[in-house]
Amino acid sequence: MSLALFRSLSWLPEPPPDCSARCRAVLDQNSESTLGLRLQSLASFALDENQLNHLARVMAKAQKSGSSLQPLVPFRLGVLSNSTLDFIVPALVATAARYGIALECIKADYDQAVQEALSPHSAMNRARPDAVLLAMDYRALPLRCKKGDAAEAENAVRQSLLYIETLRAGLKANGNAVCILQTIAPPPERLFGSFDRALPGTTANLLNRLNLRLAESVFGTEDLLLDVAGLAETVGLADWHSPSEWNLAKLPFSSGFLPLYADHVARLLAALRGKSRRVLVLDLDNTVWGGVIGDDGLEGIQCAQGDATGEAYRSVQRLALELRERGVVLAVSSKNDDEIARLPFRKHPEMLLKEEHIAVFQANWNDKATNITAIAKELSLGLDSIVFLDDNPVERNLVRQLLPAVAVPELPSDPALYARTLAAAGYFESISFSDEDVSRARFYQDNAKRIGLEKQVGDLDAYLASLQMEITFQPFDEIGRARITQLINKSNQYNLTTRRYTEPEVAAAQHDPQCFTLQVRLADSFGDNGMISVIICRQQPSCEWEIDTWLMSCRVLGRRVEQMVLREILEHARRYGIRKLIGRYRPTDRNKLVEDHYSKLGFTLVSRDAGATSTWELEVASAAVEAAPMAVRSIGFMQETSDVAHDRAS
Amino acid sequence: METAEIYKKLNTVFEDVFDDESIVVRPELSADDVDGWDSLTHIRLILTVEKAFNVKFSASEIGKLKNVEGLAELIRSKAN
Repeated sequence: MSLALFRSLSWLPEPPPDCSARCRAVLDQNSESTLGLRLQSLASFALDENQLNHLARVMAKAQKSGSSLQPLVPFRLGVLSNSTLDFIVPALVATAARYGIALECIKADYDQAVQEALSPHSAMNRARPDAVLLAMDYRALPLRCKKGDAAEAENAVRQSLLYIETLRAGLKANGNAVCILQTIAPPPERLFGSFDRALPGTTANLLNRLNLRLAESVFGTEDLLLDVAGLAETVGLADWHSPSEWNLAKLPFSSGFLPLYADHVARLLAALRGKSRRVLVLDLDNTVWGGVIGDDGLEGIQCAQGDATGEAYRSVQRLALELRERGVVLAVSSKNDDEIARLPFRKHPEMLLKEEHIAVFQANWNDKATNITAIAKELSLGLDSIVFLDDNPVERNLVRQLLPAVAVPELPSDPALYARTLAAAGYFESISFSDEDVSRARFYQDNAKRIGLEKQVGDLDAYLASLQMEITFQPFDEIGRARITQLINKSNQYNLTTRRYTEPEVAAAQHDPQCFTLQVRLADSFGDNGMISVIICRQQPSCEWEIDTWLMSCRVLGRRVEQMVLREILEHARRYGIRKLIGRYRPTDRNKLVEDHYSKLGFTLVSRDAGATSTWELEVASAAVEAAPMAVRSIGFMQETSDVAHDRAS
Repeated sequence: METAEIYKKLNTVFEDVFDDESIVVRPELSADDVDGWDSLTHIRLILTVEKAFNVKFSASEIGKLKNVEGLAELIRSKAN
């Protein structure tokens, strides 16, 4: 199943169904100034071979008509190969746009490599490419030799290396291009079996040694290595090499891997142009540990050694730490109270990540786009150097939409694969490693700084509207009872009174004519969030409803659900002839988040007692609460004209 | 797999490969009738058909193809 992760570039969002039509339409839009960015945004989907081809065609057309592709950075890449490049080149051009590069390819295929490299007047050398990719596979090399003859085997390795070195020297002398050498993926056909690797002269044995020497020959030079052997091993040699596709069209590897191969080439070019990412911004709950620290507490979150779920999150922490050691700056963006979010870093014995590893620590209740902007500013780095890791698809899409320059990997449902997915995306591709990289981490040490916020970025309202939310209100019932009870006993943060009730008590509230109850569900374009809010109002003499319980899941924070809930309460209150709503906030060490809940909703403060419980009231007749962009369904309320669900415009 | 079903799916494949939503796949359609149906696009077409129908063709089977009818027949003989 990890094969699909690599083959389909699963860290990238899936292309929209009308992707090809969008590609065609991109040139029709009359704003050339943003053409480059629009092409980049199309390239940022997980495009397949044909979609890459479509996009490349559009880009070629744009370039031909003289349109500027800015801010994409121009790059000329020569490609030499012993195979067909007609499929590889368009894939490279389209994929490079993903990395902010306007790629122009100069190709020489079908064994023209030597002439093109060695002649100063060849098309390749005259084109003065910025870099040349030597896209050779094992079929290009003089590897035949007597099996078991150590001297002959050594000679075959030397001759192969010499062939590549000759091309490299020619390109250097005649065009002064950076050379990108490929390691050689061994074919899966074995001659003796396992013995192949040990026996001098077999293909497996020769390529093993050749790859090592190729790597050594570029290390410390300005030239680069594209580890095709490593890539092919990752996805499996049997799938990588397709004899039929080679026979049919001299395709050096199965065409299904074109998007992956092209992405790996483009990463190198991006790294060469200094476009690799430098910062990893981490969400916390269910990304760095399992569970929600605000609700589950220090004992409840999962990051323990030996525990299957805990180990999954530890692998995310471990990868983050290793990235930090090689110079990637770590930051946190979490919807939490600052103190609560820092608790695991300070107190949890199994946490690998500590506060001192985090350069900027943004735990608050603002939207993440705003927080990430603040982090970038604090670090004096562009948004295009940031990677944001979050398990929540709604947060991911918000950041993608408001801050398209930030890289936001899609994540699979199983947290065990989070680290692998992040690593597979190659955001931090690097072509060198220096002392400076090591000291960068130290520079940001001991910081865990909490910084002020920028003003809200982008159009949050438009994003909320695009979620196509539907909120459903129902009174308590038997079906919902278990979940209602669970929420009442589990919710700590968005909980005004933190009153815990048993299931029989919840049932009693349901049947009590003096109680008005709500269970609230929310669905959106990402799926059904299930039950996310619970309300209990108790009728007092003098026609008042006291809001005994108001709680909400933090997952849907920032969607204006609370406004819609209040509108619903008010509507029923009016029908019952209620004059006033009475709200109470009972502070605990977990629910500071809702300190201003009632004041934000337009309630007036009545009193604050010694235990700091505050009491608020709202006149039902005059209350006006703004609607949020979501469809509303009210189901099962007795006083409705019929019991059937009916929709109301919001 | 029913022939109609094959043609329906083939149409999607052709639209995708030729980047043309107006293309209508019919039995007698061949490389002579379609703009841009060159040898490279032919390979693309074959590879996309293999992926879409989850089938594999041998070189000799591919070599014998004359038009869409032959292609659809070949798919029918392999897909179940």
